[in-house]
Amino acid sequence: MAASATVPAPPTQDGRSFFKRFKAGEETAYLIVLLAACSVLLVTVFLVYELWVQSALARRQFGLGFLWSTIWDPNLGKFGALPFIYGTLVTSALALIIAVPLGVGAAIYLAEMAPPKWSNIFTFLVELLAAVPSVIYGLLAIFTLVPLVRSVIGPALVNTLGFLPLFKGPIYGVSVLTAGMILAVMTFPYIISISRESLMSVPREQREAALALGATRWEATWDAVVPFARLGILGSIFLSLARALGETMAVTMVIGNDPKIKASLLAPGYTIASVIANEFTEATEDIHLASLVLLGLVLFLITMILNAGARLLIIATTKAGTSK
Amino acid sequence: MGLLRWRKFVNGVMLTLTGLCTVLTVSTLFLILGYLVWNGASSLDWDFFTKLPLPSGQSGGGMANAIVGSGQILLLAMAIGIPIGVLSGIYLSEFGGSFLPSVIRYVADLLNGVPSIVIGIFAWGVVVVPMKRFSAISGGFALSLMLIPIALRTTEQFLREVPNSLREGALALGASKPRAVATVILPAATTGILTGVILGVARIAGETAPLLFTALNNQYWAKTWREPIASLPVMIYTHAISPYDDWHRQAWAAGLVLLALVLVANIAARLILARGASAQRG
Repeated sequence: MAASATVPAPPTQDGRSFFKRFKAGEETAYLIVLLAACSVLLVTVFLVYELWVQSALARRQFGLGFLWSTIWDPNLGKFGALPFIYGTLVTSALALIIAVPLGVGAAIYLAEMAPPKWSNIFTFLVELLAAVPSVIYGLLAIFTLVPLVRSVIGPALVNTLGFLPLFKGPIYGVSVLTAGMILAVMTFPYIISISRESLMSVPREQREAALALGATRWEATWDAVVPFARLGILGSIFLSLARALGETMAVTMVIGNDPKIKASLLAPGYTIASVIANEFTEATEDIHLASLVLLGLVLFLITMILNAGARLLIIATTKAGTSK
Repeated sequence: MGLLRWRKFVNGVMLTLTGLCTVLTVSTLFLILGYLVWNGASSLDWDFFTKLPLPSGQSGGGMANAIVGSGQILLLAMAIGIPIGVLSGIYLSEFGGSFLPSVIRYVADLLNGVPSIVIGIFAWGVVVVPMKRFSAISGGFALSLMLIPIALRTTEQFLREVPNSLREGALALGASKPRAVATVILPAATTGILTGVILGVARIAGETAPLLFTALNNQYWAKTWREPIASLPVMIYTHAISPYDDWHRQAWAAGLVLLALVLVANIAARLILARGASAQRG
């Protein structure tokens, strides 16, 4: 912005000469880009407004009770969000339990331990992995993961940990567990690339000091580098959690779509995004549509809060990293 | 020296473990690719690219309408999303004051984080409901909303990397600010912006959720932009969850085509960026 001192001041600061300069054509360009930028703002505001208005009917009829009502039956006109909120949270939690150790481990390897050449190749492959469309993960999951859970993973879990309520009941293959597994595969590219970046932004001195004190490579990484980047790593986890919560296609294809809350991870479930995907075009009653839009609003709010938190954490680490 | 040996042992173990994490995660890419090629390649034939889908249960047919439909929707999304995204990016980097740009930057990040299914609801609310019909237009609109924040952030990012001396040089030669931006600053960042836009288009090309209740699907050719239109991702979805083996075969083929397009676009974008960087250095 240092350059702006040499050009005419923007019109906000000098209202009178604005029309003069507008006539000269100087301001037309400014207006065009300003208009584009404001349209981004307007569209986003309008998005929130639209969700609010389209869900009005359901908000008025159910109120806040919508969030903890457990019955979803379009035929009876009963709409409660809890089974979907539960399914969304459980699948995302499962995904993180699987993806965080793997993702952070891989990020540590790529940022600290690997030879630079290998690190570059692997990072490139991880970025490609992040580009694979969700529907393709779903396609693969239907034909590989679902049979695998039905015939291998499910029975193994029941045989070893069957005394827990988490692993009881019949095994269909489509289940909350299957959805959590495919979500894990879809989230670790995000965890890896963002965690790796925050690890790489840790100042060199931090490593060198630890190594100079006689630490091994791993001790330097774990005791000096990782604590420095922990906020950024946490941010990457938040961000991938937000992604996992809003993920639609792959989950819809493998979760079994059953709006009931069951303790067993091997039972089918349902998520917010899946029920919207499945029922939106079939909803004929106004209240059914409004309830689905309200679910969308709930999902929007949850992901927004997580995203904002993630961004704050990532900004905090980059600042801490550069100021020292 | 027992302790030192132990510490070195831990070091080795952790090196192996983290390396294993990396191999495990990266290998999924090859699993995906291998499995798709294995299942999809045998179903890829001339018919797939030239014929319409057949009614359920019959074998044969292709996905010509879905391939063209995806292209149409993407074209529309690019026509809306790229100008708005790039122009806003120019505003943020070159013309902005201090308050409004930070608001728009925040809002763009917000828009980028909106779940794709919610984008679909929004596009349904503002395009499908007033038009009273599912249409290619609404699908393109939905995808453009996902492209805008990507184009905006990459444009801003790469414009910021243009050295200030270029700006000052152009202005010192008497160019007006818009002229300096259009003839000097923007060209210097073209490679980066192009890369970002290609990556963004590749990302929205695979989006399914926003199309489910905007573009819907169509077993036939869409004759106008105002009627439901088929697209590759939605076709993959409907075929994959159907009970017919022949449809599964087609879903694999479509998945292979889609993934190939997305990966080629990603690799091409990175090559462009790498070449641009080396040209600048050399």
